[in-house]
Amino acid sequence: MNNLKVLMNGIIKENPIFVLLLGMCPTLGTTSSAMNGLGMGLATLFVLVCSNVVISLVKNIIPDAVRIPSYIVIIASFVTLLQMAMQAYVPALYSTLGLFIPLIVVNCIVLGRAESFAAKNTPLSSLFDGLGMGLGFTLALTLLGSVRELLGTGKIFEIVVFPEHYGMLLFVLAPGAFIALGYLIAIINKFKKA
Amino acid sequence: MKKLESSLKNMLLVLTGITVLSVAILAYFNELTKEPIAQANMKILNDALMSVVPGFDNNPVADSDTIYKMKGEVKTVDFIIYPAKKDGEWVGTAVQSVSLGFGGDMTVLVGFDSEGKIYDYSLLSHAETPGLGSKADVWFKKGEPGDIIGQNPGDKPLSVDKDGGEVNSITASTITTRAFLNAVNAAYKAYLTGEVEGVSGATESAIDSEITATENKE
Amino acid sequence: MSNKLTVSLSPHIHGGDSVQKNMYGVLIALIPAFIVSLVFFGLGALIVTVTSVAACVFFEWVITTLFLKKERSTIADGSAIITGVLLAFNLPSNLPIWIIVLGALFAIGVAKMSFGGLGNNPFNPALAGRVFLLLSFPVQMTTWPVVGQLTTYADATTGATPLALMKGIINGAPGASFDQLPDSISLLIGNNAGCIGEVSAIALILGLVYMLWRKIITWHIPISILGTVFIVAGVMHWANPSIYASPVVHLLTGGLLLGAIFMATDYVTSPMTSKGMIIYGVAIGFLTIMIRQFGAYPEGMSFAILIMNAFTPLINAYIKPKRFGEVAKKK
Repeated sequence: MNNLKVLMNGIIKENPIFVLLLGMCPTLGTTSSAMNGLGMGLATLFVLVCSNVVISLVKNIIPDAVRIPSYIVIIASFVTLLQMAMQAYVPALYSTLGLFIPLIVVNCIVLGRAESFAAKNTPLSSLFDGLGMGLGFTLALTLLGSVRELLGTGKIFEIVVFPEHYGMLLFVLAPGAFIALGYLIAIINKFKKA
Repeated sequence: MKKLESSLKNMLLVLTGITVLSVAILAYFNELTKEPIAQANMKILNDALMSVVPGFDNNPVADSDTIYKMKGEVKTVDFIIYPAKKDGEWVGTAVQSVSLGFGGDMTVLVGFDSEGKIYDYSLLSHAETPGLGSKADVWFKKGEPGDIIGQNPGDKPLSVDKDGGEVNSITASTITTRAFLNAVNAAYKAYLTGEVEGVSGATESAIDSEITATENKE
Repeated sequence: MSNKLTVSLSPHIHGGDSVQKNMYGVLIALIPAFIVSLVFFGLGALIVTVTSVAACVFFEWVITTLFLKKERSTIADGSAIITGVLLAFNLPSNLPIWIIVLGALFAIGVAKMSFGGLGNNPFNPALAGRVFLLLSFPVQMTTWPVVGQLTTYADATTGATPLALMKGIINGAPGASFDQLPDSISLLIGNNAGCIGEVSAIALILGLVYMLWRKIITWHIPISILGTVFIVAGVMHWANPSIYASPVVHLLTGGLLLGAIFMATDYVTSPMTSKGMIIYGVAIGFLTIMIRQFGAYPEGMSFAILIMNAFTPLINAYIKPKRFGEVAKKK
């Protein structure tokens, strides 16, 4: 499998949100606006790429029986690094996403890729896999965030599309996340079949 | 390279190695970001202070006073008082106050001028419903529907129109409005104690009893 | 499908029961409440009800013919009309038309047709539509016109509902007292602010009697809901009469009767056995009172029914009727 194919695989064919349905907690929790979705996606992208490369590098010196705890320690280290960096340099974004950043540690997609891809492939293709999966995740979160922000408040990325008066607040709240995600998946499946 | 065997020795070595390595990296990075994080937090607080009290040239954070209760070993912070001075003269006080909103704790920084009138406020943190209660961040500002700027809670405690008061409630968020006004009223009481005690000399217990005293007056 | 079903052998007599017959029976039972709403809310009630029914039928037609490409649309079975009427009955009579249309789209499109249409929807479509509107447009959905403004629609004067008053008393709002509540007679005939179809207790009870008489529904669900509400509210009133309203007031106000009689009894979303129905009803009654007394919203009926809708499959799975000829297991 060449690297470009690996990259595209994560974005489209095995999109973590729309196809694999992994990492639902941050997906539903943080996408109340397009900006938040994008921020969370990029944060996860960073962790995915780093953990994939590092795990792929050290896969041979980790005995099978302790691979899960080892992976978790590696992932958690990167998440903590990211958290401290965000707190220091982008405090505004950190204050909106703060609660969800530590949860990247237990995001299924990160451990899932470590276990199913990085542990079996070279560091270079793991890098591309992390990039592809991370981009797919980011795209999906941004799309979901945009839909919810548009329907809920009439804006996308804070740009007014229609007056906020007509916005359906439900879509900014938690139930709206489930409904919007369900319909997005349905629409995407429809297009994939066609 | 062949995979390492899962023997006890190998497992112990690898796990210890990884943990030590990651602790080392994190400790180094923590040192590195400690200063920027403190600065970022300080900047947020300073920006908020700047907006809620009239122009000052002292460092209110250094002069601040904390009013807290001891519940056994646990210290719960009730108020933080930041006095603002210009050319050595006291121009106003910002009070950080907490109240239970609709979705959780709501932290408000309220600024009072030297006459006890509300100069401005800033919503430091909250967990209110987006699009409803979250409007509290601008709702009570000058020119907005629930304008409270310039009012003096000492004349009459602020209360929401649904409870017979004069402040317009945030649409469909009476609970948030009520919580916000409670925080402002409580902040005013803390402000009074600061004024009476001359702020810096106050001991914690003195302030506490002072608050009770203010409450008794009503 | 029913006319394609050919049964051979044994002479069978058709019971005369059909989806249409039951649905139109429910509609007849809703007529008294509709007449009362016209008397108290006039033009507003008419506009809201007509818009809601038209929009529901239209969306059902669009989805069945254009999206699902069915040969015959299912609009004739009357279920979309009922959804429209029930949705309208749960709305204030001064709601803008575009909000009603959105509610109808959600009720039919999301809550009903997405799951496969009549018989497959886990939640009552009209209630799902109402809760969607309540969460999305809390301002418009919680301002109720006072009764008696027969010719106004959008600019009607609004007033507090009895339930909002009761909530205010629990929260200790100054100036709120039980004296401001309408007397029981007003509540009984519907002379108080509220959603279009929920105000008149007597009209709704008439509907219940009609449906029981025609055997459209059984007594289990409505009676167990009302009984539970009466008992729980009664105990709380007895414990602290200064803040908890009397059980009679609870029974007569808000959407309780409308919900207990017309929404909770929806065939598709309620349990099948009588034992299951009683569990379902008791739980709805209990949840309603809990939300009314301790929740953030003044009315809990719609939430309580939707929550129990979600439990219906579980109740059905655990409470099964005895098979014919089954012998009790020896212990």
